[in-house]
Amino acid sequence: MIPLDDTALRGLLIAVVVLPLLGALAALLPAPPGLRGRGPDQAVLRHGVTVTGAVLVLTVLLAVGFDHDRPGTMQAESDVSWIPALGVRLHLGTDGVSLPLLVLTALLTFLCALYSYAKMPQGPSPKAFVALLLLLECGTLATFAVLDLMLFFLAFETVLVPMYFLIARWGGEGRGPAAWKFVLYTLLGSVVMLLGLLVLGLNAGTFDMVRLAEAHGSGLGHTTQVIAALAIGLGLAVKAPMWPLHSWLPDAHTAAPTVGSVLLAGVLLKMGTYGFVRIVLPGVPDGAHTFAPYLAAFAVAGIIYGSLACLALARKGAKGDLKRLIAYSSVGHMGFVLLGIATLTHTGVNGALYANLAHGLVTGLLFFLVGALKDRTGTSDLDTLAGITGGALYGRAPRLGGLLAFGAVASLGLPGLAGFWGELLALLGAYHPAAGLSRPAFLVFLALGALGTLLTAAYLLLVVRRVCMGDPAEARAEGLATVPDVRGYEYAAWTPLVVLTVVAGLWPGALLGLMDPAVQSLLPGVTR
Amino acid sequence: MTALTAPQDAHAHGVDLAAGGHLVQSIDWAAVAPPVIVALAALVVLVADLFLAERHKGLLGWLSALALGSAGLTLLPLIGDDRTTFCLTSASRDCSYVADTFALTVQLLVLGGAFVTALLSITAVRQEQLPAGEFWFLLLSSASGAALLPASRDLATLVVALEVASLPAFALVGLRRGERLSSEAALKFFLSSVTATAVMLLGVSFVYAATGSMHLGTVAQALPEVDSRLSTLAATGVALTLVGFAFKTAAAPFHFWVPDTYVGAPVPVAAYLSVIGKAAGFSGLILVAVRAFPSYADAWGPVLAVLAALTMSVGNLGALRQRADRAHGAVRLLAWSSVGQAGYLLVPIAAAGYADEPDRAVGATLAYALMYAVVNLGAFAVVAAVQPYGSNGRLADYRGLARTHPLAAAALAFFLLCLAGLPPGVVGLFAKVTVFQAAVDAGLGWLAVVMALNVVIALVYYLTWTALLFRPVAAEPAAEAPGGVAGEVVGGAAAGPAAAAVPALPRLSVPLAVTVALTGALALAASGAPQLVLRFAGTALF
Repeated sequence: MIPLDDTALRGLLIAVVVLPLLGALAALLPAPPGLRGRGPDQAVLRHGVTVTGAVLVLTVLLAVGFDHDRPGTMQAESDVSWIPALGVRLHLGTDGVSLPLLVLTALLTFLCALYSYAKMPQGPSPKAFVALLLLLECGTLATFAVLDLMLFFLAFETVLVPMYFLIARWGGEGRGPAAWKFVLYTLLGSVVMLLGLLVLGLNAGTFDMVRLAEAHGSGLGHTTQVIAALAIGLGLAVKAPMWPLHSWLPDAHTAAPTVGSVLLAGVLLKMGTYGFVRIVLPGVPDGAHTFAPYLAAFAVAGIIYGSLACLALARKGAKGDLKRLIAYSSVGHMGFVLLGIATLTHTGVNGALYANLAHGLVTGLLFFLVGALKDRTGTSDLDTLAGITGGALYGRAPRLGGLLAFGAVASLGLPGLAGFWGELLALLGAYHPAAGLSRPAFLVFLALGALGTLLTAAYLLLVVRRVCMGDPAEARAEGLATVPDVRGYEYAAWTPLVVLTVVAGLWPGALLGLMDPAVQSLLPGVTR
Repeated sequence: MTALTAPQDAHAHGVDLAAGGHLVQSIDWAAVAPPVIVALAALVVLVADLFLAERHKGLLGWLSALALGSAGLTLLPLIGDDRTTFCLTSASRDCSYVADTFALTVQLLVLGGAFVTALLSITAVRQEQLPAGEFWFLLLSSASGAALLPASRDLATLVVALEVASLPAFALVGLRRGERLSSEAALKFFLSSVTATAVMLLGVSFVYAATGSMHLGTVAQALPEVDSRLSTLAATGVALTLVGFAFKTAAAPFHFWVPDTYVGAPVPVAAYLSVIGKAAGFSGLILVAVRAFPSYADAWGPVLAVLAALTMSVGNLGALRQRADRAHGAVRLLAWSSVGQAGYLLVPIAAAGYADEPDRAVGATLAYALMYAVVNLGAFAVVAAVQPYGSNGRLADYRGLARTHPLAAAALAFFLLCLAGLPPGVVGLFAKVTVFQAAVDAGLGWLAVVMALNVVIALVYYLTWTALLFRPVAAEPAAEAPGGVAGEVVGGAAAGPAAAAVPALPRLSVPLAVTVALTGALALAASGAPQLVLRFAGTALF
């Protein structure tokens, strides 16, 4: 590892959060001479690629400089007072839990910027698009990097406005209402979360997440903990999303432009689950313990519900939208994440975090693929795509078809790919939940979750069969549009995701070695 | 009117009543300078108007702005001194005028707000051909009353200051000659306000009868020990006084005059009422509730909490009902939103009724009021700037403002997001957090939840308006209907020709552009360093 001293790391982390914000402001200014490119649009899109690329490089440097021998402790910490009146401090830092998420965010945003550079979504000027994309990146990176409850809330809210505009201005059909639904659901959730954070912070006497985690709920009464856990949990559950608070998600995904969907699924949903692991579990352990069985029950309901909804959409003649289907599959996958968290064990939480990352990679890839398919054929309607006898993507565009099949099997959790380990560990956690949680109940959840994996496999294979398989000659005879195969920029945007999916599937130790010590320090006193 | 514009006379009179004994009190002219300078400037303007030729009348506006600015500067040497003046020479040493942190902060808000209003009005007075001398005289008189109010520490001075602040405001509202809407609004405003004053005066006299004093400190001490035969009288007095002040803050159900009055008034006057008028009402309410009647906190605390919940809900629902194509929709929406914001301002005062240290809770109101003042004046400034004189100011007219006036649109979007409390309006967000904190601290969980719901409701209309600014101009009016997705696509495709069809808006006048820039810079600075505004939350003010 490259030896970087702590000052350098600190500077890196600050730069990672601040650079996108500066880039967003710069995107609104006219390009300086020498950087004008072929026109203002091209210049600003290139600016987006440059800034997100620089941020990615910085996060990778951060990951390299990170002391991998002690991932359980906060590193690259900087702590400055910002608003003394509220006790808000600019406290940044990263550990084994947040570092992978920072890298994932930077990577996905960079790939989105790259993809948009070649294929700008339909809508008004790219200037605002790039500025919003960078603001969104700033908000998400800040969410994972800050260690102060109020700053966390600020960062959590920061993503709302850019995401609203990305959906409402560059989205597809039904974008207006979908964007509203997204913003109202998440805002309603987050004001409730704010109340919970205030209850927690005011009663504990600090808004500092590290100190809250160290105190581990000591000095907080049971009632306070229950109220705080409920309020914070509700806000995070809307974002995660947890069934039955998920209903904004399918609409938002269906209407969002491709890069919007990728970031929404790949990064934004993670903010919710990250909040559970970082704030609720260590900060209000009693409250978390009280609600864990309910959280698990809702998570399992989400798994089953998501899979059944997907099965219904995948049926022939159901007029199912492929984007909507993947959105519902997200509900199911996030159900596994929440189930892992609800076990309150090291195994389960590690599984949850692993599934979190895997979902970011795989679903990001799937949304890219479906977006590309929609751009080529003009529709994401499954029945139209599949025709009567099958879409025959293997025959018509073999690489695209292959990638779609790859994404689908990765998503269903095939061993050897990223999706497998997270779900396995989450279910394993449910087999031996934390002391004090009802084991029979969790065994039932385990069984239902396992059933969910079967249903997931069923609908994803159904999609692959309908879209990818078939006779190309018959498909052509049916009048299905010709589909050009994967283009250069698409390779550039997708290859990293494919490679990382395989790596994360074959070498889980790399990530788990990073996360496990951090999880152990967040959940002390748990044996498994 | 002249008697009312000379607050010092009224002041001395008020003191007489309570003092008895030695009549000559020493006056600290530096401490009273801020209201006095403004009052003197009012008289100067009124007289100068008689001798100025018509074409030089514009000077009056700049003179008024100068007076307000310099009055604001006289606050600087007073910081941290806690000066007192007009003190009784008897044993109790009660003072009628105190320049403590609370007074100075509200005076800063009032004078700064009036300064911004003056800048806004310079263009409006010229365009709408308002009578210059009268307008500036009334504005300065009202500002002097509002500046006197937060420093007053006896009930008589409070009432007089409040009347000095509000009586000229009626005239300001009705100043548009020959406009039915305007005079109707002035009458509504006048009648409701006079009712409030009458109720308040009755209450004050009861309190005086029961406690034998006008000074807030003495009243606070005397109230718990009132003779049991007088306790009903004291309680009635307290209730009536509080009702009167609540009326002045336009808290629901006393808010009904607000929307029509704002629409009928010239836009800068509406801005003035929404910020300075409110600040005066709220500082009066704080002084009376927290400084004079703390012993009744268990009574007014819950009542104010209910009023706060009611006010914010009524205001936000009213704002939510505004349709994009209604005439004067922009001002009307800001009017309803100001009612909603008044509800948030009430929350910490209500919380003060429950808290062990009421002063600290009230700081949240002050912090929120400062944020609200800057941002709301900014929003009104943009409205005044982009709404050409004579247009009916529909919300739909703001569509595509980002194309015609990019900077004004960006400023308005920022102000609206501050009001909504969403990033990048960081200061608005944290000001709301302080209010939430006050509520949660006082154990008013239900009020915090009601407020949370209101924040979401408010977001709908603030964000709708913000989104409208960035929509491409519709090719056809039919596409302006909400949710006109098909129309929007057409508009997006035909943005080039459609933009040309928009009537070229006049360039912003210099004072208006300066105002927008000034408020924008302030809001931006406060967003970067919220401590500037939030330092008042949680500190001892009195």
